[in-house]
Amino acid sequence: MPKISVTVDGVTNEDDVEPRQLLVHYLRETLGKTGTLVGCDTSNCGACTVHLDGKAVKSCTVLAVQADGSDVLTIEGLAKDGVLHPMQQAFHEKHALQCGYCTPGMIMASIDFVNTNGKSDPTEQEVREGIEGNLCRCTGYQNIVAAVQYAAKTMSSTGA
Amino acid sequence: MTAVDDHPAHEVGQARPRREDQHLITGHSTFVDNMQLAGMLHLAFVRSSMAHAKITNIDVSEAQGRPGVHAVYTGKDFAEVQGNLPCAWPVTPDMVNPGYPSLAIDQVNHVGEAVAVIAARTKAAAEDAAEAVLVDYEPLPVILDMEEALAEGAPLVHANTTSNKSYTWAFDSGQAGSGGNVDDAFSGAEVKIKRRFIQQRLIPSFMEPRSYVVQPEGEGLTLWSATQIPHILRIMLSLTLGLPEHKVRVIAPDVGGGFGGKITVTPEEVITALVARKLGKPCKFTESRSESLVSAHHGRDQIQDITMSATKDGTITGLDVELTANMGAYLSLVGPGVPVLGAFMFPAIYKIPAYRFTCHGVFTTTTKTDAYRGAGRPEATYAIERIMDEMAAELGVDPLELRRKNWIKHEEFPYTTVAGLTYDSGNYEAATDKALELMGWDALKADRDKRRADKSTKQLGLGISTFTEMCGLAPSRVLGSLDYGAGGWETSSVRMLPTGKVEVVTGISPHGQGHETSFAQIVSDQLGVPYDDIEIIHGDTASAPRGLDTYGSRSLTVGGIAVVKAVDKVVAKARKIAAHLLEASEDDLDFAGGKFGVKGTDKGLMIQEIAFAAFMAHDLPEGMEPSLDSEATFDPENFSFPHGTHLAAVEIDTDTGQVELLKYCCVDDIGNQINPLLVQGQVHGGLAQGIAQALFEEAVYDADGNLTTGTFVDYTLPSSADLPSFITGSTYTPATSNPLGVKGVGEAGTIASTPAIINAVVDALRQYGVNDIHMPATPERVWRAIHSGFGDTQPAAEQTTAHTEGTSNSDRSGS
Repeated sequence: MPKISVTVDGVTNEDDVEPRQLLVHYLRETLGKTGTLVGCDTSNCGACTVHLDGKAVKSCTVLAVQADGSDVLTIEGLAKDGVLHPMQQAFHEKHALQCGYCTPGMIMASIDFVNTNGKSDPTEQEVREGIEGNLCRCTGYQNIVAAVQYAAKTMSSTGA
Repeated sequence: MTAVDDHPAHEVGQARPRREDQHLITGHSTFVDNMQLAGMLHLAFVRSSMAHAKITNIDVSEAQGRPGVHAVYTGKDFAEVQGNLPCAWPVTPDMVNPGYPSLAIDQVNHVGEAVAVIAARTKAAAEDAAEAVLVDYEPLPVILDMEEALAEGAPLVHANTTSNKSYTWAFDSGQAGSGGNVDDAFSGAEVKIKRRFIQQRLIPSFMEPRSYVVQPEGEGLTLWSATQIPHILRIMLSLTLGLPEHKVRVIAPDVGGGFGGKITVTPEEVITALVARKLGKPCKFTESRSESLVSAHHGRDQIQDITMSATKDGTITGLDVELTANMGAYLSLVGPGVPVLGAFMFPAIYKIPAYRFTCHGVFTTTTKTDAYRGAGRPEATYAIERIMDEMAAELGVDPLELRRKNWIKHEEFPYTTVAGLTYDSGNYEAATDKALELMGWDALKADRDKRRADKSTKQLGLGISTFTEMCGLAPSRVLGSLDYGAGGWETSSVRMLPTGKVEVVTGISPHGQGHETSFAQIVSDQLGVPYDDIEIIHGDTASAPRGLDTYGSRSLTVGGIAVVKAVDKVVAKARKIAAHLLEASEDDLDFAGGKFGVKGTDKGLMIQEIAFAAFMAHDLPEGMEPSLDSEATFDPENFSFPHGTHLAAVEIDTDTGQVELLKYCCVDDIGNQINPLLVQGQVHGGLAQGIAQALFEEAVYDADGNLTTGTFVDYTLPSSADLPSFITGSTYTPATSNPLGVKGVGEAGTIASTPAIINAVVDALRQYGVNDIHMPATPERVWRAIHSGFGDTQPAAEQTTAHTEGTSNSDRSGS
């Protein structure tokens, strides 16, 4: 089995993995990072979204071996010293989650959207198109959009 | 100890963000699939590739020999429970239930039915082995169409039945004494129209796939389940598996959405339990999404034949509803009852003097159906709100005015409907007027008319849907009269701890609704204890031993009231202790803000101090038991009846058939609101689901009975880019049937939005001679309706003396 070295949430791990193992399963089963969730088998839902070298990826479309040498950030590594990331805080304040299953992936995708979009005041339409790769069944997206817009302001002012 | 001098702020009515969020936004969730137990085995199922076939052989030899595989079982290995998956709602005494094996034995009856299960060291090993199981099938006729299934001489889904009809359930207001005779109404009708509406099959599509972990323990087991119904499940598992109930513990930890889709006892749950017990090891099964779509229950799937009569000035005189409801291949836990629940909602908010309802439950070789958000009420609301528009078109009147003319007026409540329900309160005028204003209705109408006159390729359609639903399921005596296999009460206990903190146990089992927050808000106000000092405990039959769980917008309207009753008992006991300690008469004590004060003095005790005294028990009234706690059960006297008015504006590109939802506004009246933030969230989510039925979602089978929408690639959940932001508003007409005046909100958005959207689409298309569109209104269907008149019109009135204009389909060949 191939050996990989992956830094996840600041900790470097070396593991033997099956060549077919997906990154999401490596995170969940080998490392116990169960904050990253699996919602479909076709990469449609985005519940498994993490950051791979700073970019959002659906970790069910990445093989663990492809992450060799990479830096992975999961939902569990987002809050620093107990302080929520502005996007996490925004999701809470704006009631952007209900069952919470899509939430980790949605937060990771939303952060990447704000970083890529680069504006502190993205329009509703920009946000809607920016996160359309992640599905939510509970919220109807309205509060998620509001949270992303709110967080974009905070992120630009704090440099988060 | 709590600073007892801090009087809590008024909590009810505050838009407080949820306490549930913290662990979910930081990735410390407890979803079942996150669990790992020592020595745990993983299960994978072999599922039927055939819709209907005899199983002639199952060869498991290769699978058994694969690395990591502990066992392979087929249906024959579990013969002791075959046929025993429960159906708890035998809606008629003669309902035919052919049995529901957890694993098929001799025959499969839908694609995706489980025929074998593998237990292996890893999920991958189990799935690899499942691939190696060889099943030989002898095909039987595929039966997909409900009407063909009911036809004389149709092949049977189940060999042990004599027809594919499971039951016929009927209601007639003439016989029930709640109204007149429909035939009489129809025979003298000035206008009568008949329509057929199709409720396409939907898939609940909770985001968390179903997942189960079973730890066998002696005579019993512990089951962690992604379920809405831990308490009902415990009873059903006990009965199904023959286990002593008190040795069965069910835990519903974080549950990633339900929408009715997690309201049953599933074959996978039962088999996981059986395998774990056979092997004496903890076992886990988590479904893939494609497994979920093909094997978790589906919803809706009804043919609705509706006839409505009216006077030519627009007074509705009679309503006849004939439903054909697809049960799928098996009767699921409450599946047969879904259309029956809907039966009471067809008359909706209208004064209809005569009503008849008949429903036929039918077996087909498809996945079973059961509750899906709203369960029967969205289907009913769709039919009545669609036919109100068709009647308006027939009469040549404004659809809104037809509604105004027929609905129950504010001053007429309480009002007993033709279906026999007594609506306690409502104000349809207020909600409608507010919605029209918020929507900017008049300006939209002007825009619509201008585009019509200009023959624009971007036509505007405006749709209205008013609705009411029955929430707060349910008075137990009513459920009894409907042959439902349980009561409708809910229970709660409240424990004041020595340090002044409070534990509240509830029998409801939330899965995203935010009850920990809203219930704590209620308790804080009622008990006068700070919000943060209150813990809500739920979802584990060990710590919350009694309850009837969460569905049908019953959590607050029944479960919340049980909490209030339990708090009342605590306060009553605390009052006795306070009177004793303060050497005052109980009547001389005020209770406010958590403090028992002696009237006219500054003497008093906080309830936390009394809780401490009750724990110490050094000085209690003679004969009083120590501790300050209580338990209460609430069985509602009546349902609650939220209502609202929903308005939709859609833009249709006549070149492409694309429907874009431009603007959506709803005003819901759910009585008093505990937490407006959570209310809004529920409404938004409900709207998205209802709009999705109108525009996006449909479970489709091919001629061989394969689910062609078996992944999220094909089964189109709306994304953020598919929906606009919604304009929401509220009116407040408190329920009179419970002390909080609450009515329930979980299903409102879903119920009202589907007909609002389709009424808007048809409004835009009516100028092309179209008076119906099959859901979902995909670009292709809309384009065809505009350009070829293909299949989207229905006959005009059977008999009419009213002049009608623009509704004739005489120029629509092939319709």
